[in-house]
Amino acid sequence: MRERASWDVVCTVDDLIAESGVAVWTEDGPVAVFYLPHRLPALFAISHTDPFTGKNVLARGITGDLKGQPVVASPLYKQHFNLETGQCLEDETVQVKTYPVLLDGQNIRIEVPASVSRTAAA
Amino acid sequence: MSKKNLIVIGNGMVGHHFLEKLVDTPAVTDFNITVFGEEKLLAYDRVHLSEYFSGSTHSDLAMGTAEWYAEHQIDLHLDEGVTDIDRERQVVKTPRGEYPYDELVLATGSYPFVPPIKGNDNPHCLVYRTLEDLDDIRASAKGVKTGVVVGGGLLGLEAANALKSLGLEAHVVEFAPRLMPVQLDRDGGALLKHKIEEIGVQVHTEKATTEIVDGDSARLRMNFSDESHLETDLIVFSAGIRPQDTLARSCGLDIGERGGIIINDQCTTSDPHIHAIGECALWSEKIFGLVAPGYTMARTMASVLNGDQEAAFTGADMSTKLKLLGVDVGSIGDAHGQTPGAKSIRFNDEQAGHYRRMVISEDGKKLLGAILVGDNGPYDTLLQYALNEIDLPESPETLILPESEGGAPALGPDALPETASICSCHNVTKGDICGAIDAGCADLGAVKSETKASTGCGGCAALLKTVVDSELEKRGVEVSKDICEHFPYSRQELFHLVKVSGIRTFQTLIRDHGKGHGCDICKPAVASILATCWNEHVLATDHVPLQDTNDTFMANMQKNGTYSIVPRVPGGEITPDKLIVLGQVAKEYNLYTKITGGQRIDLFGATLSELPEIWEKLIAAGFETGHAYGKALRTVKSCVGSTWCRYGVQDSVGMAIHLEDRYKGLRAPHKIKFAVSGCTRECAEAQSKDIGVIATENGWNLYVCGNGGMRPRHGDLFATDLSDEELVSTIDRVLMFYVRTADRLQRTSVWMENLEGGLDYLKQVVLEDSLGIGAELEEHMESLVGTYQCEWKTAVEDPEKRKRFREFVNAPEKKDPVQQWTMERDQKRPVLESEVEPA
Repeated sequence: MRERASWDVVCTVDDLIAESGVAVWTEDGPVAVFYLPHRLPALFAISHTDPFTGKNVLARGITGDLKGQPVVASPLYKQHFNLETGQCLEDETVQVKTYPVLLDGQNIRIEVPASVSRTAAA
Repeated sequence: MSKKNLIVIGNGMVGHHFLEKLVDTPAVTDFNITVFGEEKLLAYDRVHLSEYFSGSTHSDLAMGTAEWYAEHQIDLHLDEGVTDIDRERQVVKTPRGEYPYDELVLATGSYPFVPPIKGNDNPHCLVYRTLEDLDDIRASAKGVKTGVVVGGGLLGLEAANALKSLGLEAHVVEFAPRLMPVQLDRDGGALLKHKIEEIGVQVHTEKATTEIVDGDSARLRMNFSDESHLETDLIVFSAGIRPQDTLARSCGLDIGERGGIIINDQCTTSDPHIHAIGECALWSEKIFGLVAPGYTMARTMASVLNGDQEAAFTGADMSTKLKLLGVDVGSIGDAHGQTPGAKSIRFNDEQAGHYRRMVISEDGKKLLGAILVGDNGPYDTLLQYALNEIDLPESPETLILPESEGGAPALGPDALPETASICSCHNVTKGDICGAIDAGCADLGAVKSETKASTGCGGCAALLKTVVDSELEKRGVEVSKDICEHFPYSRQELFHLVKVSGIRTFQTLIRDHGKGHGCDICKPAVASILATCWNEHVLATDHVPLQDTNDTFMANMQKNGTYSIVPRVPGGEITPDKLIVLGQVAKEYNLYTKITGGQRIDLFGATLSELPEIWEKLIAAGFETGHAYGKALRTVKSCVGSTWCRYGVQDSVGMAIHLEDRYKGLRAPHKIKFAVSGCTRECAEAQSKDIGVIATENGWNLYVCGNGGMRPRHGDLFATDLSDEELVSTIDRVLMFYVRTADRLQRTSVWMENLEGGLDYLKQVVLEDSLGIGAELEEHMESLVGTYQCEWKTAVEDPEKRKRFREFVNAPEKKDPVQQWTMERDQKRPVLESEVEPA
């Protein structure tokens, strides 16, 4: 049976910045939350860690779209990552983790995988 | 096989060009090369000699470097004139010894002709030929008022320009009834005289000087054959050149009746082992007193020595295009219509000051020659018609009529044959350009560096661009200027849209003129355009998501995700108290400190959340943001200037601070760097900056579009002896024109090289206001200066903006665990990847 994941509250609507990202700390480490108000859904959450350098910077990248896909460009060496799938557009072997994210009243919640949640709780 | 000895006598422009060509051939390995030069200095560019007075130094004008000679194993003997050639034993003699040769090349050039006038041996009677001559002229001109040039030809007018830039009241005395009698006809000469007199040079034609005696109100008095006279403090003779053939005469080579070493088509003299090139050589009873034919001989000579049986000098085009004292003058081919049956078409606009004459063949089909005064616009097209013998259009007069009267049909690049010479300095034909494109050159810059086209005098820049564009288009290469997939516009076009439609946000612009939602290419570019147009805070809600991370957080992201901070230190001047504050802050936050190349102090290793706190402290101590993170004005570097330095002639620090305060915060297509030097020693290295200012005794010389970094480029001298106010308004115009018209991430150097018309065009726009936008450019700059704010001051005072600097919005105390530090030379630095111990 699949274990129930936890939906952590990571921040509120007021913390978000339209067309851009903020970083939050979760039990699975640093996560970048993006708010693109012109899209539906408008919220995206991916790992904050740039896979090419291991540094926690992705929330500080520029967002946009390339060929219709919502993307963020790493502020370090400018590779683009698809915000829905985490796929790197420049290197098909690289992908960053993505997280389900939802708006609950004024709160932003992120689904942290159960295994992580349990380990952290232990 | 043992190497042969090749000796070159003369180290002028042609001698040097010959060596440049020779080292490119396989033959270079066959020779031990020795060069003798009479002057103390390496070969330099005599064509631009008068720039020596407006701030250029010998190294600006130098053609090659000592390193270049060493690298190619050429034995260079400067300041060692050859005294004799012994043809029997094949040796040349100098005061220092004897040197054997197998092949000998004479490139001894010419000397100025001084007419046999009584009194011409006065110490203030000078000539205009070498840098040493120029030093003599400068010395003679010190503290006096008036100077006369004898000779109204091309070099004479150059010399008059030189006298004028020394601050003298300049006169030109010409024996013939008009100026430039060789190149111009009566009407052309008259217009040139009128224009030159307008800018304050007095012209006296039909004057034969009979004697030079002591003057009453000045040092000298020139008496003319018509009983009139002229008083002057110095006289510069520029009445033509004579071939320097003394050595050749004394060793018995064949010499022309009126001088000149006789050569055949292979540039060989009457001795098969002795050759002559340049102005000392007489080919087909002609001496060529221009550099281009000399270069052609040099190339022929190099090919001959390389064993090329076909190589031959077959004469040279003597067409010239130049700007004399600010006046365009052009002369092509048979300008005087001496070909039998030749007819002329003339256009003379006394109102605008344009004179144009075409000389056409008897059947009216070919262009034989042309004269232009006042505007060289049609020169390139006319030259192509003449050189390539292209059939003239049905109404050839349209070629010289102003565009409003039916439109001068520019000669399309397709009409040019493959053999058409595009760049005469480097002998590049249209065929060579097509070849370079076929070999993979995909843009103008690549073609330039492959073929060297347009890297000499630059006169062919516009023509080259049209040829390259047209050839690329033919090959199906789309010359797309679109900034990215979201906007079908170039940066310049976007700038117009924003400015003209008064657009203030990215969202409006993309909704009305683009598609999609933008990307990391167009967003920062538009942010920069918006900042230039409206100057709103970079962290205003609408602009935040447009900025690169450095602009968003107003600091420079380093490789480990932390930031560096560079407060502004205008002109590099800083008080001890401020230095102490920088030290205290760096110590408190454990920051690595380093002095930058722009005379500031960089503080490394601050985390995102520390930035506002650090800036609060810096602002309290009187610091402002340094915009090191932005595509904006960085620094104005300065030397210490006349306040302290024994050699300084102006207050360079004061001017640097003034300029830095004026232009700080200006957003541009790329970063901009300035420097101000207090004298010609140039300790601030201003010529490597986008805007370089060098003090003169009379004000400031302005250099523009220099660059250090990856593609170093010396700045071009743009204007001389400017007052403080003139300097600022000129910089206003240059910068604003750059900001409006450059491409994204295009430094000023590349921008200028890509401007059609290059430096001359930029001068027209800025100095002559040819587009009529000068005042608007200055006003625009003034409005930006008036709305400047320190971005950091505004940010730390605004709690909403400060929120942006939380590293993790839900965990203020959390430290980023991947930032690891170690110590090196008593400071912290990031742990390198190779130093991380495997888990």
